[in-house]
Amino acid sequence: MPPMPAPMPPLFSRFSRFSRFSRSHLADASLGTAAHMLRRALWTALFSTVIGAVIAVLRGTDFWISLTYSYAIGLICWLLIDGSRLLLARWLARRHPERPEYAHGWPGWGPMAAVLLLGSPLGYLLGSTLARWFTGIDPHPGHAYTSDGYLVMLLVTLGIGATLTRIQYAKGQLAHAQAQAEAQRRQLAETQLRLLQSQLEPHMLFNTLANLRVLISLDPPRAQAMLDHLIAFLRATLKASRETGSHRLADEFDRIGDYLALMAMRMGPRLRVELDLPAELRERPVPALLLQPLVENAIRHGLEPQPEGGTIALTARREGPDLLLTVRDDGVGLGTSMSPPTTGGGFGLTQVRERLQTLYGERARFDLAPAAEGGTLSSLRLPLEP
Amino acid sequence: MTDRPTALIAEDEPLLAGHLRQELARVWPELDVVAMAADGLTALRRGLELRPQVAFLDIRMPGLSGLEVAAALAEDWPDDADAPFPLLVFVTAYDQYAVQAFERQAVDYLLKPVDAQRLARSVQRLQARLAPHPAAPVVPTGSSTANALTQAVEQLQALTRSIAAGAGQEVGHPVARLEVIQAQVGHTVHLVPVDEVLYFEAADKYLRVVTADQEHLIRLSMRELLPQLDPQRFWQVHRGTVVQARAVSRAIRDEAGRVTLQLRERPERLTVSRLYAQRFKGM
Repeated sequence: MPPMPAPMPPLFSRFSRFSRFSRSHLADASLGTAAHMLRRALWTALFSTVIGAVIAVLRGTDFWISLTYSYAIGLICWLLIDGSRLLLARWLARRHPERPEYAHGWPGWGPMAAVLLLGSPLGYLLGSTLARWFTGIDPHPGHAYTSDGYLVMLLVTLGIGATLTRIQYAKGQLAHAQAQAEAQRRQLAETQLRLLQSQLEPHMLFNTLANLRVLISLDPPRAQAMLDHLIAFLRATLKASRETGSHRLADEFDRIGDYLALMAMRMGPRLRVELDLPAELRERPVPALLLQPLVENAIRHGLEPQPEGGTIALTARREGPDLLLTVRDDGVGLGTSMSPPTTGGGFGLTQVRERLQTLYGERARFDLAPAAEGGTLSSLRLPLEP
Repeated sequence: MTDRPTALIAEDEPLLAGHLRQELARVWPELDVVAMAADGLTALRRGLELRPQVAFLDIRMPGLSGLEVAAALAEDWPDDADAPFPLLVFVTAYDQYAVQAFERQAVDYLLKPVDAQRLARSVQRLQARLAPHPAAPVVPTGSSTANALTQAVEQLQALTRSIAAGAGQEVGHPVARLEVIQAQVGHTVHLVPVDEVLYFEAADKYLRVVTADQEHLIRLSMRELLPQLDPQRFWQVHRGTVVQARAVSRAIRDEAGRVTLQLRERPERLTVSRLYAQRFKGM
């Protein structure tokens, strides 16, 4: 009986040179192609050697003839099955760029079953014909294609093919999972960077420093107090951008208080501040600096553009099982109904929504609406017991 | 009194306004600060009233930005006045694109906090430009006013263009174009295709939307409207007027250089401010 090594893996470098397949989303699949292909060719060769040797020993046939059969069948099966897998996957990836498994070289179990069922007997037939032609020796004269032995060897080829395909599949899954995890890490890093950028907005920082510089000569004790506010605010901002931890509601009000003290130094009597935090809510944990983008928006879009300035009010209240936080200003108000909703509040509000969604899912709510007395009211509702 | 140079300071942050005034008093004691304005609209009003020789304009202010104040001053500055158009110094803490534009257009600017040495250099330049040139031939005041104004207008046009271009790079996604105007009257909302609008005119906190046979009021500012219009089709001709180009039949220039527009489907004439007059030239 001829040996039955079987196929496997990828890349078949010639296919990756076909320019019509070189789409950008395939880039990571063809990356490292050469190294992967070499490794799989070596595995196929190793398999073929072992199976050739085992058969030579078991059946007492000549070692080199056994090895030739084993190599010919093994490598041809590999070319057929793996080549078809790649071609299929790339063709599918072009038609369905949204399916990542195609881009990772996996066409799915359905097409792969067909490839295995057709590729194994065809590879066996071609391989043994090639080996017979090459060695001039037929180890099973007369009945090679009709015997039960042939069927057994075919099933063995199929089994090995299926096993190695399964391994390939698992590897593809792993690569896909890794790529996803990597994309998530990138996104998180980007969000943190944008959070930091939005909170350390250079205009705010430089204007604050310009005011501080003037205040140092006018009123040193007040300048010192302002510097302390700035330090506390910067420290909290950096901390919140690194870790998405939580702190006490009292801390949240203190940090917002730092920010508002700095803004009050800049805006003078144009800015009036009201903070209302009931004593029993002071120790409740809240996501750090969750309110900051809302306060910043209220000042930047509500009060700063208004020549006479106005009042910003922060409140915390218990409502049933929920904690209700509100930021209200009596500034210029939201854009009229004419302006399209494309603005959506920009990054600050998106970030508030995303944080609430991640931390509390459907149990938290965020609303931005015109306030009854003019201006804008943003309200956050989160569960008291996280 | 006529000997002392005059200035206006427009700055919304009181500490910084006070500081600039103090520093100016040290490096330029003769300078008479005739007005302090804490917002753009006040700055414009006081500027036109008092006609100072120098204006220090903060970029970010409530009401109107420093650039908008400068543009509005240039539009409304009287031609026949004895007072020439003020020398402008822009003041900013951090405005990347504005600073780049100031450098390109050689417009004077100061960075906050204002540094004494830098302010002294700026003051020297201002003094040199205010000083009468003894060698220069005596020219009628009207023409020198017109020259200063023309120069300022050209600078402001270039500034506005380059700052708009810079800010454009910053905006991640373009604002959607407006297709239909929704104007509410009582409980009815009228839908007016933008294409039918002949011109928009600012009226206090509203905009007048004028078509061939109707007009509506909407609550939107010119600043909010402009990015939503196709600039190829809708031309700004005054800070309070945007006209659809194909609605204009002719532009007429009078002997004083003022341009007015005649419309195809409306009897009224629209005034083009000197900031936008260059748009109407023969091809």
